[in-house]
Parts: sequence; C-alpha cells; structure tokens
Amino acid sequence: MIHSLFLINCSGDIFLEKHWKSVVSQSVCDYFFEAQEKAVDVENVPPVISTPHHYLISIYRDKIFFVSVIQTEVPPLFVIEFLHRVADTFQDYFGECSETAIKDNVVIVYELLEEMLDNGFPLATESNILKELIKPPTILRSVVNSITGSSNVGDTLPTGQLSNIPWRRAGVKYTNNEAYFDVIEEIDAIIDKSGSTVFAEIQGVIDSCIKLSGMPDLSLSFMNPRLLDDVSFHPCIRFKRWESERVLSFIPPDGNFRLISYRVSSQNLVAIPVYVKHMISFKENSSSGRFDVTIGPKQNMGKTVEGVVMTVHMPKAVLNMNLTATQGSYTFDPVTKVLTWDVGKITPQKLPNLKGIVNLQSGAPKPEENPSLNIQFKIQQLAISGLKVNRLDMYGEKYKPFKGVKYITKAGKFQVRT
Amino acid sequence: MTDSKYFTTTKKGEIFELKAELNSDKKEKKKEAVKKVIASMTVGKDVSALFPDVVNCMQTDNLELKKLVYLYLMNYAKSQPDMAIMAVNTFVKDCEDPNPLIRALAVRTMGCIRVDKITEYLCEPLRKCLKDEDPYVRKTAAVCVAKLHDINAQLVEDQGFLDTLKDLISDSNPMVVANAVAALSEIAESHPSSNLLDLNPQSINKLLTALNECTEWGQIFILDCLANYMPKDDREAQSICERVTPRLSHANSAVVLSAVKVLMKFMEMLSKDLDYYGTLLKKLAPPLVTLLSAEPELQYVALRNINLIVQKRPEILKHEMKVFFVKYNDPIYVKLEKLDIMIRLASQANIAQVLAELKEYATEVDVDFVRKAVRAIGRCAIKVEQSAERCVSTLLDLIQTKVNYVVQEAIVVIKDIFRKYPNKYESVIATLCENLDSLDEPEARAAMIWIVGEYAERIDNADELLESFLEGFHDESTQVQLQLLTAIVKLFLKKPTETQELVQQVLSLATQDSDNPDLRDRGYIYWRLLSTDPVAAKEVVLAEKPLISEETDLIEPTLLDELICYIGTLASVYHKPPSAFVEGSRGVVHKSLPPRTGSSESTESPDAAPSAVQAAEQPAVIPTQGDLLGDLLNLDLSPPVSGPPIATSSVQMGAVDLLGGGLDSLLRSDVGGSPAMGGSGGFAPAPSTAMPANLGAPLGSGLGDLFDLTGGVGTLSGSYVAPKTVWLPAMKAKGLEISGTFSRQVGSISMDLVLTNKALQVMSDFAIQFNRNSFGLAPAAPLQVHAPLAPNQSVEISLPLNTVGSVMKMDPLNNLQVAVKNNIDVFYFSTLYPLHILFVEDGKMERQMFLATWKDIPNENEAQFQIKDCSLNTDAVSSKLQGSNIFTIAKRNVEGQDMLYQSLKLTNGIWVLAELRIQPGNPSFTLSLKCRAPEVSQYIYQAYETILKN
Repeated sequence: MIHSLFLINCSGDIFLEKHWKSVVSQSVCDYFFEAQEKAVDVENVPPVISTPHHYLISIYRDKIFFVSVIQTEVPPLFVIEFLHRVADTFQDYFGECSETAIKDNVVIVYELLEEMLDNGFPLATESNILKELIKPPTILRSVVNSITGSSNVGDTLPTGQLSNIPWRRAGVKYTNNEAYFDVIEEIDAIIDKSGSTVFAEIQGVIDSCIKLSGMPDLSLSFMNPRLLDDVSFHPCIRFKRWESERVLSFIPPDGNFRLISYRVSSQNLVAIPVYVKHMISFKENSSSGRFDVTIGPKQNMGKTVEGVVMTVHMPKAVLNMNLTATQGSYTFDPVTKVLTWDVGKITPQKLPNLKGIVNLQSGAPKPEENPSLNIQFKIQQLAISGLKVNRLDMYGEKYKPFKGVKYITKAGKFQVRT
Repeated sequence: MTDSKYFTTTKKGEIFELKAELNSDKKEKKKEAVKKVIASMTVGKDVSALFPDVVNCMQTDNLELKKLVYLYLMNYAKSQPDMAIMAVNTFVKDCEDPNPLIRALAVRTMGCIRVDKITEYLCEPLRKCLKDEDPYVRKTAAVCVAKLHDINAQLVEDQGFLDTLKDLISDSNPMVVANAVAALSEIAESHPSSNLLDLNPQSINKLLTALNECTEWGQIFILDCLANYMPKDDREAQSICERVTPRLSHANSAVVLSAVKVLMKFMEMLSKDLDYYGTLLKKLAPPLVTLLSAEPELQYVALRNINLIVQKRPEILKHEMKVFFVKYNDPIYVKLEKLDIMIRLASQANIAQVLAELKEYATEVDVDFVRKAVRAIGRCAIKVEQSAERCVSTLLDLIQTKVNYVVQEAIVVIKDIFRKYPNKYESVIATLCENLDSLDEPEARAAMIWIVGEYAERIDNADELLESFLEGFHDESTQVQLQLLTAIVKLFLKKPTETQELVQQVLSLATQDSDNPDLRDRGYIYWRLLSTDPVAAKEVVLAEKPLISEETDLIEPTLLDELICYIGTLASVYHKPPSAFVEGSRGVVHKSLPPRTGSSESTESPDAAPSAVQAAEQPAVIPTQGDLLGDLLNLDLSPPVSGPPIATSSVQMGAVDLLGGGLDSLLRSDVGGSPAMGGSGGFAPAPSTAMPANLGAPLGSGLGDLFDLTGGVGTLSGSYVAPKTVWLPAMKAKGLEISGTFSRQVGSISMDLVLTNKALQVMSDFAIQFNRNSFGLAPAAPLQVHAPLAPNQSVEISLPLNTVGSVMKMDPLNNLQVAVKNNIDVFYFSTLYPLHILFVEDGKMERQMFLATWKDIPNENEAQFQIKDCSLNTDAVSSKLQGSNIFTIAKRNVEGQDMLYQSLKLTNGIWVLAELRIQPGNPSFTLSLKCRAPEVSQYIYQAYETILKN
C-alpha cells in the first residue's frame, strides 16, 4: 500500500512529505531526481521507478511531482489514480493545485491527506465527504473562526460516508434548484501530409453541476444513445438501467462532478472541422527555409470555429522566423523553438494565413524531421459526434428544478503532420 | 491569513518559542502552536523534542486540535516510546466516546503508533471497535488489524483478531467488507502459506454483492481478491465473469484493469465455442482502449498490461491498431510502449498503415524513438512476409537520409531480414557497403561484417572491406572482433585462393595477441578445423543457418500465463514475476491460470507440484532466439531485443547456453556409444549442425505451446480407452455384473461402467464408493442409475472421477478397491486402472526445465524398459502418446536412432521424464524413465505399452 508521499517542485525541492506507515527518509527521492535528470524533459520522467528497497510511483500535475513510495506489490494504477485524486482535491479546495496554494494551506493539506488514506488504504476520496470533514478555507470562514474560536474540522461523521450513496451528503438545501450538464467533446486526430485522416476519435465527457435540494433521483435520456458504446460511468449511475434502457439514472453527488466519459471512435462519425494547408521546406545547403500555413473550416456543421491556436515545435536548427500573419499574432521562442500562432476565429471569407522565412543555423545540416502542427480550436453549441440530450426527469423531490444543457467541441490532441 | 506564516519563525529559539506557546493557557494559541509544529514536520524538520508538550494538548474537546496532536503522535511516537505511553489513556478513553468519528479516529491513530508497548493496550479497544455498532468504526478497525499485524503478527494471531476479521467479510456493510478484504489481503501477502482468504462459492457470492455497492477503492481490493479464486467449473467462472463485466465501465482505471485481470483469468476456463466467450472478448476491447485516453502515467501502466494481453489474446485488440499510433507529444515512455504493441498487432491486413506510420516516426527528433521505429520496420519484415519487400525499400529510403544512427539501426535490422529471407534481397548489399565508413556502433559494425562474410562470394571486394576492419582489430569491441574472425574464415572457405594471408593474419591476431578467452578459443577452433579437415570446417562454418523466428521478444508462455494473473500490478509493469523483484516476499506463491476445463485438476491446489519443479520454474528466462548455435555458427549478433527495459541479457545467455551445451552432453552421455567428436572443449560439429531442426524455432514452438495450452491438441483427442472388462462377475454379486474401463477426456477422468442385472429381481438404490488409493481417485458425483434395473437389463454409466480423495499408497500402485451397493447388498471388488488416465494436459515441460530436471534427478531413479513388437514410426509414436498427454519435447536423430524426449505430469503433480529410443526397422523400443518417485516408473511403462500397442 502507499507508504509515503513527497511533493516536489520543478526545481527539485521537496516541499511536503507525508508518511502513512513508518517514516521513509527523503533520500529515497534521490532515485527520482536521477531519473528526472536522465529524462531531460519533465514530462518524460517514467511513472514507475524501482529503487533497491522501494518503488516510486509518480505523476506530474500542475508543475508538481507527486511521488509516492510503496514497498509491496500494489497495483500501480491504483496509486496513480489516487495521486490524481489528491491533486483534484487540492484543486477543489484551494482553487489551484500549486506549490504556493499547498504551502499556504499546509495544515489543511495534512489533514486532508490523513483523511484520504489510512495505513495506505484510501479512506475518503469523495469531495462531498471530505468537505464535511474538513471545511475548505474561505476568507470569511477564517475570519469567523478566529473570532469565534471554532475550527474548520467537522466533528460529526459525514452522512454519506456509509450509506449506499457515499457520494452524496444528506440535508442539502438550495433556494434555487439547478442542474446543468456540459457535453464536452474533444477531437483527437492525426492528419497526414496529404490531408487524409490517419486516426481520429472523439473523447467526450458530460460534466455536471447539480445544485438540487434533498435526494433527487435523476434520469437523463439521449436522442441517440446508440452513439455511446464505450462509456465510463460515475459510480452513482445505475448500470443495469443503462444496459436495459440506455437511460442514465442516478442520484447525483452535490456540486460539480463528471457524470460519464465516452469515446466515439468509428472513423466515419468523427468529423474533422478544420483543414490545414501547409508548405514547410528547408533548402539544401542554405540557411533558410519557407513556411506557409493556411487554416480553413471544414465539416463544422455551420458553426463558427473559434479560439484557434497553432503550436509548432520547430527543428533544433531553426534560429528565427520572419513571418506575417493575415490574422492573429504569432510568437517564436528561440530557446524552446516553439512557434505559437494565435489565430482566433476563422471566417471562411478570408482564410487565416501565416507565411514567411525560416532562418536556420548556418552550417547546420538541413533538418530531417518535419514538424507536426498542433491545432487547438473550439466550437460552441455543437457536439461533433451528434450526441443530443433528450430530456431530464427528476423523481423523489417535489420542486421544479432549472435545467440546462450546453454543448461544446474542442480540439484534443489534434495534430497535422507535414 | 495563510498557513505559510507557520513557516516564518525560523529564528534560533524556535523550538523554545513553540514550547512556550504549547504550554499557553489560551486554546487558540495552543492550536496555532501545534499547527506550527505540524508545518515544520511536513517539510521533514525534526520537532520530536516537543513531544511532551504536544501530548499535553491531547486532552481537549476541540476535534481539530485533537486531530493535529494525533498527526504529530503518529510521526514521533516511535522516537519517544516511553512518552507515548502517556497518550494511551486518552486513546482508550476516546475509543469509548459516543461520537463514532472520535472512536474511529482513536483506534486508527493508535494503530499507526508503531511502538510495541502501546500495542498491548490497543488490543481491548480494537476488539470492541471491531464489533462496534457503527460501520464506520468497524471499517476503520478492520484496517487497524492489518496495521497491528505489521507491528506484531503473533499478537494478532493470539488475540484471535484474524478470525474476527474473517467474520467481517460477511458484514452487512459493503465498505466494511471491502476493508476487511483489503486488510486480509495485505496480511496474506506477508504470510502466503496461511489460508486467510478462504474463498468458497459462498464467500465469493458475498464479495460479488459487496462489489456493486462499495467504493471504487474497495472494488479494487475485492476484484484483486476474486482473481485469486479458482472456480470449480466453467459455469461458475462464467457467472463470476458476468457479474464482473459491469466494472469495465467504471471511471476509475484501476477498477477497470483489475476487472480485466479477473476476466482474462477466468476466460481461460471458458470454452471457445461458447457464445459468451465471444461476447466477452468484444467487451474487453473498448475499456482497454479507453485507458489510453487517460493521463500519460495511466497510459504507461495500461500499455505495459496491454502488451501482455495482446500476447495472450491477440484477437481482443486486433482491430484497434490505430489507437496505438504515436502522437508527437506523447512522453517517450508512452511512445516506446505504443510502438511495441503496434508491432505485435501488425498483420497482413494492416501492414501498409503500420509501415507508413513507422516511416513517419523514423524522421522524428527523439533518437531512442527513431531507433526503435527503424527496428520495428525490420520486425515487420520478419513477421509479415508479404511486407518484406516494402520494408526493405523503406529501410533503403531511410539509409539514403544518411542520418548516422538511422543508417546503423537499419543495417542491424537488414541483417536479420537477410537471415529470415536468405538469398532474396542481396541486391541492396551495394547500398549498404557505401555506408561502411559511417558505422561507429559495434552492433552495426558487427552486422555489416556479418553481411560481408555471409555474402562474400557476391561482393567483389569483400577481402578489401574486411581487411580495412582488420587494421584496428584490437580497438574493436569483442562483438566486432568475433564477427570479423568468423567473417574472414567464411571468406577464406569461399575464396580460398586470394585470402590465405588474410585468414592467417586474423587467426594470429585472435589467438596470439588477444586477451579475450572467447576470441582465442574461437580462433583456435577455426585454426584447428581448417588445418585438420577443411571439409568439416566448411560444413561447420558455412552450415545452413536456422531461420529466425517470426515473433521476437515474446514472453515465454509460462511466464506470460503467470503475468496474466498479475495484470495491473507492478509485476505486469516490469514483466517479471513478483518473486523476481518484490522485496521481502516470503515464500512466493506462484499463480497460474486455471486449466481450460476445470474439472479434476482445478480442485487440486497448485502447491501440490513437487517443490523442485517450482524452484526450477523461477529462472523463467525469455529465450533469445538464434543465439544457441550463434556461438559456433558465428551469429553472436543479438537479434532485435527490445522488449522489457530491464536487461537480463547475461542471465539469458547463460541459460540458453545451458540448453545448447546441456542438450549435447545429455545426448552423449545417455546414448552410450557417443559420436567420436567429444574432445575439444565441447566442440561438437555433428550435434550442432543437427541442432537447427530442434532449436531453430524455440520461440515459434513457444507460441505453439501457448495454443496447445489453450486450444489443446491433447485435450481434444482424449487418451486411449481400453475395452471394458468384467470387474465383478454376476456369480459373486448376487446377480449384478459390473464391467468397465477408465477413460480420460478433455481433462476429466471417468469410469465407464456397465451394470447388468442377471438376477431375477429388480435392482435399485445403487451407490458407489472407493477405498483410499494411491492417487486420491474418488467419484466426483454419485452413481446415478435413473430407473431401477430390471432383470436381464443393462445400463451404461459414465461416472466422473476426481483426484481429491484421501490418499493411501496401494500395492500395486494402481489398485483401486471399489464398493458398490444396491438394494440387495454391498459388493466389493478391486481393479487396476491404467496410469495414463492420470496424465494431465499441462504435462509439457519447458525444454530448459526438462534438461535441468533430468540432470537433477539422481541416476538411481532411472529405469529402463523394452517395448517390444511395436511397428509404429517415430512420428506416429509421438502423436499417439501426445493423445494421452505424454508430450514430446524434443526429437533427435543420433546414429540413425530416433530419440524422443518426453514429459508427462500426474494429477498429483509428479513429473515423469522419458527418453524413448527408436531404431527404424527395429520393433523394440528402449524407454528410459526418470522420476523423483521411481515407484511409478513401472506403471508408466505399462501405460506406454498400452497406449502404443492399441
């Protein structure tokens, strides 16, 4: 089970440690630093590292390494999932998961960690329960606490802790009862040189924000549930009901949570909303090259493609780039060799174009690799898979809730090879 | 207003200041002080000096303060054991608190204090808390037992906490069940022998019920526990699978992977023809693919596991190739794993796509990744024959880029392609030679030299090329030196006239000027060979090379099966059995997949196998194909090994050598009249040239093994069944005549009976019982005669048997005493059963293990028998025996005699190794048996005779 946790920042300082069993010396992290050094790039540190006496399983989130120490055979995914859950909880409590936020709230962090894990076994990881045990810090509360002397630690057993619905606390009350669902779809795609799709799939999620009093029992149905054949559910969803009727039936947790995530992979269903025309070439035996990229809309279902940003990791030999953008602005970082072009909205009448000269290091051989273009974009009010919510019904409570559904499509890992 | 203020007092008298504040009268100030102490603790500062002061704050109504003090205690109690006792009273008191939160907190904290003295005081409160009315307290207490066990195992056992914990598995609250399972699993891990998690259909049912209701973490514990269960038959396995499948849709990837483990394991028991089997296969793909859209760390673990799953059941993901395509900003560790899986999934159907991708990757920035991509192209060529030509041309394109490491990598893989498809792509040699000068890595140089030597007759200036390498001979690595030596000898044998000088030069360099014994030995061998018998030298050096196998770096099937049982664990990430790396694993229990049809064997505990065999299983090596005769036939270039990152190559080589050399010595010592080439340091041309047939495809056959195991050649045909004989004549049994025989089919043993009523009255109420016998044979079901047996009627019954009955050694060994009862009387008879009904389906031993075991068994255990008048030829013998689960492991021809090396395993785990010598045209065979229990040899011989003569 999980023995200890070290939080390490990018400059390699251990700024927090927590031990659930006996104390493990900080020096165990040296193995991690060694691996980090070898990996060069922070993203490339292997998640599982073995040392003579321990195993280090780590994740990298928000510029912090969460390094856990384990000593016996433990499912690594279990540890990784848990670490992500810890990071999520910090995010939830402090609004951001950063070194400063953690240092500013170190006691709460410690209390949280103690509450989340006992002897290496996860204890309470649902944010609803944790918030009943340990109140999140707010300015108001700390003022009140210092006046009244009360604490931010709950002194009764959380109600949800042992019921069959551990994710929901009892006695929730709102004056405005609201239920919002965001259907967010991300397109992961690899487009090859010639513009044909090598690989494309949609990663969708339905994120919910439920502020409903009492114990509402919701059912959400879709116009086209057949799209969803590969789905992961929040534990609140009744699986049998989905199997038989294709209806999401659940008693929701209170607040924000991810209801389902799904994947649509059959290629013909994945529309590619933008196309890229590109011409990137480096001349033999000369220290320059040409760069010419145009982005245009395609299969966007009549909606506007906005928030378009293109990033390119240029080859190492590139010294500088002199480009002109017909729309938006570009930057080139000569240290990391990253070109970023913030395009904004695409108007079909005048396609955005970025064109110019690439300056190479003189004398360096012509770069072999062709950079991949990474595209980000957003389309409001559209779920690209065509998924549509049909209706939301509520049982168990009398009031009429306010309901809302929002659709948005984004680029996930959307790459164009050149 | 933030906690960072607690860090600011870093003045000299910090501890002193804190001490004063802790002893302050003001509650608020106290709390602030404790917070400061905790803050120092979080950054690893030593604040143990404040122990008494902090403990003094413990007696409080303020829960937050109490929690903080508890936090402190857990960290420092060990350093101040005497002081810690001071806290005990408060703990004991808190365990009685009306608030369950405080009760739970107290018992939880107490368990975290790893001080022996405290544990004694812990027992009573813990006992109470285990039976607490509040499930929250019970679930906390369950974990506390595991903590206490870690500190003082004896105490836990003496106090009977383990039994209480076991009772908690039946608790009404699913969280309590989950935590009890987790605690028991942890305790069981440190005590593998103890039968803590006694899984039976009832407890499994409880676990499955709790599975639906407990938290995600609890589900992981329960699923991991379920995976250790051995269902009694395929129906039970299916019903468990049905209840586990919904977990595949869980949002927590660890739950998903644990569910996959259970399904992969139990699937083994399901028949492939079953509709459900197909459904299950289909259901497994989407969740595995979904794991790949998670965070990179999760992806990595998932990919390592998918790598295993793809090897075990490639059909699951065969249509999902595209999800493994690499994105340029994937972390390198994800890229490399994806690449590996792409190759495993490559087939004729998708090879075009794969190649296009690989070519794309070969132009990326990351050197490691590019290298692996180039190697992957070579592996594709070897795996999918139709694509070889395209692969070669892709590789040539890459060589044209002149990027140094790409060229070198390409040459290394082209060497493998030459070996797989000899005399097909030699046209590219010219291009390769152009790049000779740019090669600076030993492996690439060695590969190039091998190519030049191998095709010396087609390369006009081969001698010049090799000579150019010779100049810096002593600066080369051993690999290159060895290769150069052999290549020049080859060249000499092919073009003797022009190269005499060259060969002498290299031989003297190798033998006189080198410190490397390998090099010297090889030099001497060549020298002596060339000088005594050039014809023999030609035969040896230019011998036909074994084809390299299609799949490279496959995990050895037995290891793979074991790893499948460990899906989702560290073992699956490292692709090594836990015994190989988990520290402090006391007495490792090997897990194994259930047999496909789990009737008789499934009930047998895996520990029943002789310990020697278990021990021999441990050095499970991944055979590196080709290397065996490489040593002599000059192929010391290692094939594309790119599998697990943990290099154990030295171990592998050693083990492989054992096979190579060991097999020979086995042959020679046991065949009596050994061929006349012993002598010089194990150098035996004849066996080594004969070897290709057997060793050429150790991996290929490994793959075959895998299918044998699952599809089962032996299982389908069933073993030989003798005709029925009369066991109990009617005269002796008041008119009841019983005749029968034994059979083994698809893993289950049955006794086929014919009951005939030769009396004048109707017979009914039949029952059967066996006396204790040598192998624990017992009826697996009651004797069912549906209707009363009328006079002059007979009924045929097939009575299923298992081998879990009581064991008593009988004489003769295969004697079985049977009692049959009917409405008239009880009758006794005894019969002899042929031993081959006890030969199990998984009796095929690994080659290496066979050798090791053969050597290991003392010679006095060897028994020799003659099987006379058998007219079958070798192949027929082999297949006939295979039908009865006697597996041929190797076949050899020595001096015109066929030698079959065979293994079989009895239901009680006894292995028997056999060597069968067959001389064509001679109807009598010689059978040598080796077994740790020599008493069985005679009966095995009888079984052989029965099988072969019928």
